[in-house]
Amino acid sequence: MANPATISTAVAGADTLPLDGPQGPRPRPRLSRRNIFIYGTMLVVAVYYLLPLYVMIVTSLKGMPEIRLGNIFSPPMEITFEPWVKAWAEACTGLNCDGLSRGFWNSVKITVPSVFLSIAVASVNGYALSNWKFKGADIFFTILIFGAFIPYQVMLYPIVIILREIGLYGSLGGLVIVHVIFGMPIVTLLFRNYFASLPEELFKAARVDGAGFWQIYFQIMLPMSLPIFVVAMIIQVTGIWNDFLFGVVYTKPDTYPMTVQLNNIVNSVQGVKEYNVNMAATILTGLVPLVIYFVSGKLFVRGIAAGAVKG
Amino acid sequence: MAANSVEIKNLDLSFGAVNVLQNLNLQIPEGEFLVLLGASGCGKSTLLNCIAGLLDVSGGQIWIKDHNVTWAEPSKRGIGMVFQSYALYPQMSVKGNLSFGLRNAGFRKAEIEERVARAAGILQIEPLLSRKPAALSGGQRQRVAIGRALVRDVDVFLFDEPLSNLDAKLRADLRVEIKRLHQRLKNTMIYVTHDQIEAMTLADRIAIMRGGAIQQLGSPDEIYNRPVNKYVAEFIGSPVMNFLEGELTGAGFVSGGETIPTEGYTWADGAGTGPAWLGIRPEHVASGADAAKKTYTTEIAVELVEPMGSDTLVWCQVAGQPFHFNMDGQEKVAPGDRLTIGFDAARGSMFDKDSEARL
Ligand SMILES: Nc1ncnc2c1ncn2[C@@H]1O[C@H](COP(=O)(O)OP(=O)(O)OP(=O)(O)O)[C@@H](O)[C@H]1O
Ligand SMILES: [Mg+2]
Repeated sequence: MANPATISTAVAGADTLPLDGPQGPRPRPRLSRRNIFIYGTMLVVAVYYLLPLYVMIVTSLKGMPEIRLGNIFSPPMEITFEPWVKAWAEACTGLNCDGLSRGFWNSVKITVPSVFLSIAVASVNGYALSNWKFKGADIFFTILIFGAFIPYQVMLYPIVIILREIGLYGSLGGLVIVHVIFGMPIVTLLFRNYFASLPEELFKAARVDGAGFWQIYFQIMLPMSLPIFVVAMIIQVTGIWNDFLFGVVYTKPDTYPMTVQLNNIVNSVQGVKEYNVNMAATILTGLVPLVIYFVSGKLFVRGIAAGAVKG
Repeated sequence: MAANSVEIKNLDLSFGAVNVLQNLNLQIPEGEFLVLLGASGCGKSTLLNCIAGLLDVSGGQIWIKDHNVTWAEPSKRGIGMVFQSYALYPQMSVKGNLSFGLRNAGFRKAEIEERVARAAGILQIEPLLSRKPAALSGGQRQRVAIGRALVRDVDVFLFDEPLSNLDAKLRADLRVEIKRLHQRLKNTMIYVTHDQIEAMTLADRIAIMRGGAIQQLGSPDEIYNRPVNKYVAEFIGSPVMNFLEGELTGAGFVSGGETIPTEGYTWADGAGTGPAWLGIRPEHVASGADAAKKTYTTEIAVELVEPMGSDTLVWCQVAGQPFHFNMDGQEKVAPGDRLTIGFDAARGSMFDKDSEARL
């Protein structure tokens, strides 16, 4: 801090003291080499990512005759929402001709319970691992982390057998279990590290106050952990919604998630390739993670701001 | 015979291979204010956590109010704890913080209201009850933290450096408040600090800890005047005690060619001989006219002066060794001045050179 005493005497001595040399805020030219470089790079990167999206949207709004003209960058001469309707409600995959809507609802039925269950279990895991240092906690944690590094492919077939044995193969429930299990290591790690960063004395104080395992979890830890829950939710929703491998392996055509159905629509070999429908279907499938990002991004920032208050 | 409120018997605690506390024994009578004082890392917090039940002991027993609580849950021990970082639940209001323990214990609503109101009254935090901890100042937070122990009507209060996050002025204020609280409640209090002023002002008895063992347990007066070893003598007192290195002979304490008479010194175990330390507190050194009344006087040249307002600390050499002493803050001294100073070895402390134990 500046010394207020010297400043005030200087002002008292002479109304405006003449100052030489640099003073006040440092001038920053708008068009410096540095700015041109930074903004130029960002512009190029933005165009690089936005151009495909533009092509997809434009194409999805054109009719097939217009697409065959070949100008993929030109805006539609005649806007039609026909391809979107078709992609959602009419496109055929296999025997079903009810479009992506079936896959959408399947994905919702898979994602919601998977995200909910995996976060519920992993947060309790992380809490127990960081605060209740039970016997064998370290070994348990090591095993869990080790699990995160095993390639999925190795476990695909054994899990098929296990699910078949317990009668869940091909059902949504089976897929939910798979997602919960495979999400466990990373989400547990996330929560463990977050809880470990909370002050230990808070936990001790709660124990002295007679709170038990669940009381501390629900009344002390949970209210302080909104940001990490949002982070875990973003990770899990996008991961599970975008999953293709588990979906195609552990479900049947009736219960295919949206991603698998999208693939089947886009890659269908019969008939003409309807690019506009494919584009619309792809955008529809990607919409959910996109919305999650936009909605929770705000929540996320707010959550961090709320959690940053020292208690 | 006064019942012991807290009794620690043969307590051991180790983290893996590291022994933090070893065979520690401590009896704290009902209503005593005991201060655990020691350098950082000596195991004060660890001992407190063991008493609170937040750490499992490796060996030994802990008794509170004639109950063996070695295996009891923290909340079942009749203790309340106040932490250095306050540890208030950030999402609860002050009232929520105060009543959390009572709600967990299943008290009735009316009883909770009454107890919270009483504690808030004692600590003068009534206007703050609906605020969140983030909207409180450091001193207010610490008061709420004390209130959390207060509402539960515990037998023993445990404080782990409750004031060390506060600025000097507030620390002095709250120190007085804690003392007042103790006089009013008459609970047993165990208070960890490494601030010796806090220790001296608050304690009925002080336990000086070092490396997980208690070096000396006694009243502030005892610890100040008759430290059992050189470590304790050095640790207590500010400015720190002077130590002169020398040899005890029949004639007195011989150091750097000077002989300092030792008559009148209360020996711990018969007159000592051989290599020893003589410790003299800076505030027990007289200068000017008063010096002549002391059993040992010498003339020194002032090397450095540290004015501190009420006192002035003067650095010099005595018997060829660095020495410092207090003078009245109003006296004018400057480096190079020659002064006569004097002290009584009888008021000092003598320690064996090897064992550093009191002679
Ligand atoms: N969980 C732990 N694992 C291993 N060693 C530990 C652990 N907790 C504390 N220690 C060690 O135990 C010793 C005593 O720690 P403690 O926290 O009781 O010190 P303290 O006297 O309270 O110090 P301070 O004044 O800094 O708070 C230290 O040497 C510390 O390194
Ligand atoms: Mg400590």
